[in-house]
Amino acid sequence: MLSKKQAKIFFLGGTILFMLIFVGISVHSLMVGIPENTNASEITDQVRLGKQLWDHNNCMGCHTIMGEGAYYAPELTRVYSRRGETYIQAVLTAPEGWGFRGRKMVKYNFTENEVAGLVAFLKWMDKTNLNGFPAPPSMPPPLQPVN
Amino acid sequence: MKFTSQKIAYHFFALAMLLLVLQIIYGFIMGFAHMGFDVLHDYIPFNAASATHKNLLVVWILSGFMGAAYFIIPDESDRELWSVPLAKLQFWSFAIVGVIAVAGFHVGWWEGRKFLEIPRPLDYLVAGNVILFLVIILMTLLKGKQQTTTSWVLTMGLVFAALLYLPGMIYFDNLSVDSFFRWWVVHLWVEGVWELIMGGILAYLLIKLTGVDREVIEKWLYVVVGLTFLSGILGTGHHYYYTGGPSYWLMIGGIFSALEPLAFLAMTVFAVQMYRKGNKKHPNKLALYWTMSTAIVSFLGAGLLGLAHTLPGVNLYTHGTLVTAMHGHLAFWGAYASLVLAIISYSMPLMTGRNIFDNRIGHLAFWCANIGMIAMTAAFAAAGVAQVYLERIAGYDFMTVANEVKPHFFVLILAATLFTTGIVLFIINFTKFGKPTDEALQSEEQFEALKTA
Repeated sequence: MLSKKQAKIFFLGGTILFMLIFVGISVHSLMVGIPENTNASEITDQVRLGKQLWDHNNCMGCHTIMGEGAYYAPELTRVYSRRGETYIQAVLTAPEGWGFRGRKMVKYNFTENEVAGLVAFLKWMDKTNLNGFPAPPSMPPPLQPVN
Repeated sequence: MKFTSQKIAYHFFALAMLLLVLQIIYGFIMGFAHMGFDVLHDYIPFNAASATHKNLLVVWILSGFMGAAYFIIPDESDRELWSVPLAKLQFWSFAIVGVIAVAGFHVGWWEGRKFLEIPRPLDYLVAGNVILFLVIILMTLLKGKQQTTTSWVLTMGLVFAALLYLPGMIYFDNLSVDSFFRWWVVHLWVEGVWELIMGGILAYLLIKLTGVDREVIEKWLYVVVGLTFLSGILGTGHHYYYTGGPSYWLMIGGIFSALEPLAFLAMTVFAVQMYRKGNKKHPNKLALYWTMSTAIVSFLGAGLLGLAHTLPGVNLYTHGTLVTAMHGHLAFWGAYASLVLAIISYSMPLMTGRNIFDNRIGHLAFWCANIGMIAMTAAFAAAGVAQVYLERIAGYDFMTVANEVKPHFFVLILAATLFTTGIVLFIINFTKFGKPTDEALQSEEQFEALKTA
């Protein structure tokens, strides 16, 4: 039967071993994997400005990006290719705040430069490799009646 | 209670109750907004309500943990708390920082990082406060007449929770790296060191409530927390599947996340077995109910519902949908919220000398809150699964789907009303205890004879 000492060794040994493995893999991810997948060299000052605005305005409090955030407003990982630059600019500069089918977005008073920053940030995000996320819809479109 | 300094726990528990009520109010604001009644948009937009709801959760649970530590550590160390004035200072500074943080969310003073929205200047105050708390706890423990496994597991959980807060304070330009370290805090808290705290508090409650020998309980405590880290540390990988991490995380995260329910199952089996071995003579049935529900519901919410969407093939479609909210609500409720309510139910009679152990309001509170939360989880599940099929699999636009799932939010609000009724009843019981008094000293002695030989 397991003794208390053996149980303690199991706990301490297992924890230390798995922590070391985790830190080792994390170092590789941070040094090699993530910079490659996210095109880290393409993070320009404009992208940085967009990221700061993204944080500062808590966009994640309604939207998701890379699938993370709240679930109140659309996923924005691929919004740049889904909606295009002009649409994004229109949303960010809507004079009364963007309202879409009853759901309201906070009214922001972004400058032209800030809008450009957010667009650059979303454009950078659009090109990231997220292991297939978001997956394209797997169902075919519904059948249309034949005229 | 054995020592007069344990009374400080009451302040933390009272603060936890107050913040829980506020958290629920903000939950309702969000629920109504999802239904289309975002009437407070101009004053409390959804992102402010969302940040407030999540951070109040973290703060009230931490308040509960701190109260639990202030009650348990002197008892386990067999001495008064190292410094009561410093503990009072720590309480008031903790409460003030919490209030400033929540108020700040309403004027846009925050960082858009889920669960870690508290802005960095306040982070330093949080860190200072937690260091003060840890010094008080560690000094009490180290100067104590005895150092038990239970108290060490609890204290180490608190120490590592504080250390893990630090990676969350670093700023990164790359959102993916930012997210990577955010999960070092959030995941390694809730599926790592918070489970140490949970294991420590649960072991303490089981020792006290079942009368089973401490050596037996503490041996299995090591096994349970060992399983937690064995699966939980590399289980962090399930947050790196689709956030810019290399593809090997799909395999690592998949395997170790699939093992995570085992740690929660071990916790359930541990509690149920100790209860069965125990003498069932302790009169505090409410504390026992909350203790057992913690062990069981945490397995359902954190273990099973986590497993339901953690495998990479499934998570590819459920990631970033209301399915996550389904898992999150029952997991936090079962593992941590119920645990705080358990230690409150156990300690309040001992601090106040009022033996509210088994009353009707207490039982009604227990059942309303648990059934309410399970029904809320079901509503989130229905909305989440519908969202996955309509948006992710069939390809409908986000808002088209959001309008389709509105009826599930009506059900959610009904369920939340039942849940809130339970919490209000719990708080009514809490107020019935009154304030702690020195007259309650040694009130625990009457239960010493209940221990199983």
